[in-house]
Amino acid sequence: MSPSQILATIAMIASVVVTATTGDILTASAMRQIGDLDTIRTRRGLLGAVAAVLSSGRFGLGVLCLALSFFALLFALSQRELSLIGPAATSLTFVTNALAAKIFLKENVDRRRWTAAFLVCVGVTLLAF
Amino acid sequence: MTFRRYLVLAAVTLTSSCGDTFLARGMKSLGPVSLHHPAELIHAIFSPWVAAGIVLLCGFFASYLTALSWADLTWVLPASSFGYVIMEFLARFWLHEKVDSLRWLGVLFITAGVGFVTRGPSWTDPGTARPETAEESALEEALP
Repeated sequence: MSPSQILATIAMIASVVVTATTGDILTASAMRQIGDLDTIRTRRGLLGAVAAVLSSGRFGLGVLCLALSFFALLFALSQRELSLIGPAATSLTFVTNALAAKIFLKENVDRRRWTAAFLVCVGVTLLAF
Repeated sequence: MTFRRYLVLAAVTLTSSCGDTFLARGMKSLGPVSLHHPAELIHAIFSPWVAAGIVLLCGFFASYLTALSWADLTWVLPASSFGYVIMEFLARFWLHEKVDSLRWLGVLFITAGVGFVTRGPSWTDPGTARPETAEESALEEALP
């Protein structure tokens, strides 16, 4: 693989990871803002819970980013092998999600969660080979 | 964590793994789809396996959002990754795909990761946390 091809591969993986992480963080942030869906469903019914989710702009942005991530993944898979793109994108997304959740959602990412993210990351990579 | 919430988590893992496996089963029966004929993809949506897979993946998104409404992202993601393990078993025993020892090792790693994270608290942000109150727990237990 030439240096330009390596750079293109890195850019493709990065675009999948960045859009997936942004989508996950925005969606999680929206759900935190909306509140416990079980409680909302009890008070306002199923349609009320659906309306609460769909009326959130942050949720819409999150879904948009997840859709972009899906298309970025499709594009990457059309250019490079699945055995390279699949594990790299999935496992890196686990790590970037943990980092972004700590920074933006102020989640308490303790040693237990880092260990879990690392184990899942390695596991997903092994599954792809 | 209540029993009901563990059920939601089980729904996340089952619907994602079964949904993906159904899609794979449907697409395999349809054969390769050319990018030059995108209409074939529309046709694929109406095949029973693919349609069932899409319905299950919609269920996955709904249960995933429900889980995110009461648990941290860094808890839900590793905890729901058990779906990869289920998918591996479905691939081996239902789709009869070859699963070598390296992939079984991957299954072990993921299971260990899930075990690690689910033993910890699901909601740990003290600043904005909505700790589960006795009233909330009782309400959830009473739900159908």
